[in-house]
Amino acid sequence: MEFGPHLILAMLEGLVQASVLTLTALGLSLVFGVMRVVNVAHGEFFMLGAVLAWWLTSLVGGPAALGFAVALIAAPLLVGMMAAAADWLILRRVEYDPERTIVATIGLLYIIQQVTLMTYGPDARPVAPPFNTRLSIPWFEFGEGGLEFYFPWGLSTTSYKLFIIAAAIAICLGLWALMAKSRLGLILRATQLDSECAQAFGIPVERVYALVFGLGAALAALGAVLVVPVQQAHYLMGADPLLLSFIVVIIGGLGSLRGTVLAAVLIGMSDGIISVFFSPTLAKILATLLVAMVLIYRPNGLFGARTT
Amino acid sequence: MSRSLILHLGLIGLLIALQFVLPVYHHGVLARVLVMATFAMGYNIMFGYAGLLSLGHAMFFAAGMYGMGLSVQLWGVPVGPAFLIGIACAAGLALLVGLLALRTLGVAFMIVTLMFSQTLFLTILYFNPVTRGDEGFVIQQSVRQIFGLDLSAPTTRYFAALLLFAIVLLGILWLVRSRTGRVLIAIRENEERARMLGYDVWRHKLLAVVLSGTVSGAAGAAYGILFGYVGASFAQVPYSIFPLLWVLLGGAGTVIGPFIGTLFMFYLIDLSSAVTDAYMLVVGVILVLVTMFARKGLMGVIRERWLKWLP
Repeated sequence: MEFGPHLILAMLEGLVQASVLTLTALGLSLVFGVMRVVNVAHGEFFMLGAVLAWWLTSLVGGPAALGFAVALIAAPLLVGMMAAAADWLILRRVEYDPERTIVATIGLLYIIQQVTLMTYGPDARPVAPPFNTRLSIPWFEFGEGGLEFYFPWGLSTTSYKLFIIAAAIAICLGLWALMAKSRLGLILRATQLDSECAQAFGIPVERVYALVFGLGAALAALGAVLVVPVQQAHYLMGADPLLLSFIVVIIGGLGSLRGTVLAAVLIGMSDGIISVFFSPTLAKILATLLVAMVLIYRPNGLFGARTT
Repeated sequence: MSRSLILHLGLIGLLIALQFVLPVYHHGVLARVLVMATFAMGYNIMFGYAGLLSLGHAMFFAAGMYGMGLSVQLWGVPVGPAFLIGIACAAGLALLVGLLALRTLGVAFMIVTLMFSQTLFLTILYFNPVTRGDEGFVIQQSVRQIFGLDLSAPTTRYFAALLLFAIVLLGILWLVRSRTGRVLIAIRENEERARMLGYDVWRHKLLAVVLSGTVSGAAGAAYGILFGYVGASFAQVPYSIFPLLWVLLGGAGTVIGPFIGTLFMFYLIDLSSAVTDAYMLVVGVILVLVTMFARKGLMGVIRERWLKWLP
């Protein structure tokens, strides 16, 4: 393939990656923003979403679209409830102390991962996409008869991949509406700003925390359900989303949702594009080093507001 | 001779005696435990005494291991000098990481160390032709010799591991009772106050990071020599979590705790891997339980209840 079509293809793949990454990273960012804790088990909630999507679609049977629709609603709900329960049972007891929470969620990471290994097994399993029409993308060149359009071999995408991008945008808008316009959003923002003051005004902060922890995990699961028809479900699949979400949340500024979306698109796109043209390992090396350096020299992130 | 010195010399004496009575299998396990306990003691210098929680100690372990392994593999350096090269690599890395990471605090420090460690792991994978990546490489039995002693033989291996363990154990015992060690504890307890009293907090923290990295690197290099294998899996996240777990379980800020924690976890995982492949589940459950109910770890609780003099 020539360079032009190749770049378009890389950008499309990058955009799909970025969409899923945005949802996953938003979950992590929301939890950090409101609760001031880092959830290391976040990638495992992503994995649980994918595994539950496989389980639900094979349970429902029938046409692929029906099973997928059920998974899209039920899997994030189930994962969210599990996360809220974990918050209630574990994180509440360690009093949301930042360091102890990290250690506890590392434990949670292994528990979720290994229980999945014991029940679901070590295989990678596919989920059928609800619709999957192949769409060719035209490319142009200046030939003898002026501008000519043609369809280069290999330059195509599927309707499902476009759906992932659209769904991610819709969910982001929904989350924005929830945070900015609803009463619940007001409560969340109040808790984020000053949890003690919020408690004094009668907000049940502990329940808000459980809700936020569940919501964050549900967002990761939602991203996983969307991606699982393209990428198979596997019990170790949580590591990469966790690392990338970390990178995104830190570059975007800890706790800033707008910065997170911006950074997710940037990182997802560049990761997609760099991985097509260069070694993915090299891309990851540069990304992890960048995160460390940003944390050291710009602790508020590249897009973060200068607050303490 | 003080009570604590008797206790620690007694432990070393007990370990010497055990070598003559243990069955073959447990003999091998205990040699491994001794090396890993050294790793945990290195971790404990930073976490238990200076109060710095690192999530990236696998990088120091791996730096020692690869510094040693690559100099044997590429340039045919004998294992004795290669061991020292490994330690030097880990110490250099620790100095660099300390200089950069100590600009951050708390959660940011944890993530920065995690990221640096991940960078080292990915770098090992990237230079696959040299490092053999995930597969790793074997240190041939013929080169695993020092002063004419065959380090791959069970008895010499056990004593070599025990020698390293004993040196580090007594070294740390001396450190924590020295002036520097007391300043480290003061920083852990109240950094602002230590600074107000005129101690150079930054310099002491950097010292803790370098010492901790050096001891961890020595454990990594020793592991490579004694068990004859160097691989990228030792640079991965679990090997940053293990020392944290061992120290938390055994008791952070106690000299003997890391050994107790390592010994306990080794046998727990050994027992559970007979039942299921998902033995890391045990690691997860213990981590959660320790953070929730036993923050001070086994030796920490014993110190609080009965042995107030325990260092």
